Amino acid sequence: MSMRLREELEAYLFLLPWILGFLLFLVGPLAASLYFSLADYNILQPPKLVGLANYQTMFADDPLFLKSLRITAIYTFASVPLIVTLGYLVALLLNQKVRGLAVWRTIFYLPAVVSGVAVAVMWVWVFDPDGGIVNNLLRLVGIAGPAWFTDPDWALTTLILTSLWGIGGGMVVYLAGMQGVPTHLYEACELDGGGTWNRFRHVTLPMTTPVIFFNLLIGIIGSWQVFTNAFVITNGGPANATLFYVLFLYRQGWKYHKMGYASALAWVLFFIILIFTIIVFKTSGWVYYESDQADQSK
Amino acid sequence: MSTQLQSLPAWRQRRSVHMVMTHTLYYLILATVGTMLMVPFLWMVVSSVKAEHEIFSIPTTWIPERIRWENYTHALESFPFFRSLLNTLFITVSVIVGRLLSTSLAAYAFARMRFRLRTPMFVLVLSTLMIPYHVTLIPTYILFTRLGWIDTFLPLIVPNWLGLGAFYIFLLRQFFMTVPSEMNDAARIDGCSHFGIFARVILPLSIPALATVTIFTFLEQWNDFLAPIIYLNSPDKHTLAIAIQFYRQSASGAGWGPVRTWAHLMVVSLLTMAPCLLLFFFAQRYFIQGVVISGVKG
Repeated sequence: MSMRLREELEAYLFLLPWILGFLLFLVGPLAASLYFSLADYNILQPPKLVGLANYQTMFADDPLFLKSLRITAIYTFASVPLIVTLGYLVALLLNQKVRGLAVWRTIFYLPAVVSGVAVAVMWVWVFDPDGGIVNNLLRLVGIAGPAWFTDPDWALTTLILTSLWGIGGGMVVYLAGMQGVPTHLYEACELDGGGTWNRFRHVTLPMTTPVIFFNLLIGIIGSWQVFTNAFVITNGGPANATLFYVLFLYRQGWKYHKMGYASALAWVLFFIILIFTIIVFKTSGWVYYESDQADQSK
Repeated sequence: MSTQLQSLPAWRQRRSVHMVMTHTLYYLILATVGTMLMVPFLWMVVSSVKAEHEIFSIPTTWIPERIRWENYTHALESFPFFRSLLNTLFITVSVIVGRLLSTSLAAYAFARMRFRLRTPMFVLVLSTLMIPYHVTLIPTYILFTRLGWIDTFLPLIVPNWLGLGAFYIFLLRQFFMTVPSEMNDAARIDGCSHFGIFARVILPLSIPALATVTIFTFLEQWNDFLAPIIYLNSPDKHTLAIAIQFYRQSASGAGWGPVRTWAHLMVVSLLTMAPCLLLFFFAQRYFIQGVVISGVKG
């Protein structure tokens, strides 16, 4: 009995750093942030409760909020499916017993290793309207390329294009999933007279749906939090064409010192991500779980 | 190949020809996509030793008129590289150490210890994965302001010593579960305490998982932009990521747009990316493995 109690106490000792962090940097801030979101707060003066006014302002008379919502949603709906599909297709190709698999995998994964400001600087050149490589190549085939990041009609599309550079991150996971498919399933499919298409449709694809699901979810959550590229490459412009949600939130908080409003924005972001997560889970009927895999994840 | 083909019956020959053609197509697609992904990297390397007027030349040139190594020395003179590097290294290493300690302790408790709140607390850990960083950002920022920690490294480091990073707790717990429990029991019979088992049995057997946590944390911290830009004000505290952004702004005069010192900017960006690339080349196994542990089994 005392052994049990001892172990019980010891366990909480092991968890002490996490418990402290959980209370100090999660529960506390969550409560505070909920409170600030109902207040007018500029840090200098104490918060003044205003009820739901921040939320009302957002939806009733802040066109920039609605714009940033729309921009981020467009980005999510365009970039995530593209990254998932293209990454999956490349993984399928690499799964065809190609030679030099390690080299290919390195090439495709490498861009996923680097990120941040250095990469953003690189994109500014790649899509430079005059001397950038994309327009230089288009010029070779006689097309006058658009102004990319500096054209309000193209800036968001260009950011979506740059996100495709990271297809390697998901690809490695798909490939690992494909290589984990037991060969007896392929043999069974072949015995039933299944060709390449059937092998893909009835073995590879169903067996890798959990991996696709995981990447889809991570991708959606990540795309709602895009910040660095929007800040460094376009700084929200031109004409607010790339005013991503988190950039909008950052400006409200750290440029205009509207901490109450920014807190309300953060809570709306939380609910958006929550709703997307629930939708993805609720519509996950297409995901195939092998029974032993289900046991493992329990 | 051709002699082999001739010795096969006609239908096998047709099939082989078909196979060769599809495989050629595969390699063509892989090579095209691979080139598209690598070109921006290559261009950065080439541009870093070019003269300013060559960088945006039309059409793009791939061989510089003269290799200007002096770009590197000039860039390091005008850009506070070593100070920013030291700052970035200090933050990154501190976060890695704190995260390894705090998350592995928590993961051990969840994987190996018996206590009544084990399941509910683990569910709690997982549920924190869904909360976006931005929801707690504002109150945390205000907390650090009150503590007088703004413009110090503490806001970037301390939370990570307190088990923040539920994903890593999950990842390590999954790995610790795979260590055979007989080793646990044997150690316990020998009178080993839980801390003894943790330090002498589990940790040494979990080097691959710890390496994965280290690598992911390194990349995340190295490229982080939002937290440093919020917490670090004075230039001598800047990390590489923000230092590049400031360098860019000061070089171009205006907020953003073409800068006069592109070659230097390329040098600095490349030097910032280099540690991530080197890490990838030397620890590729742990990268792939980490992606697979988190993606396929998660």
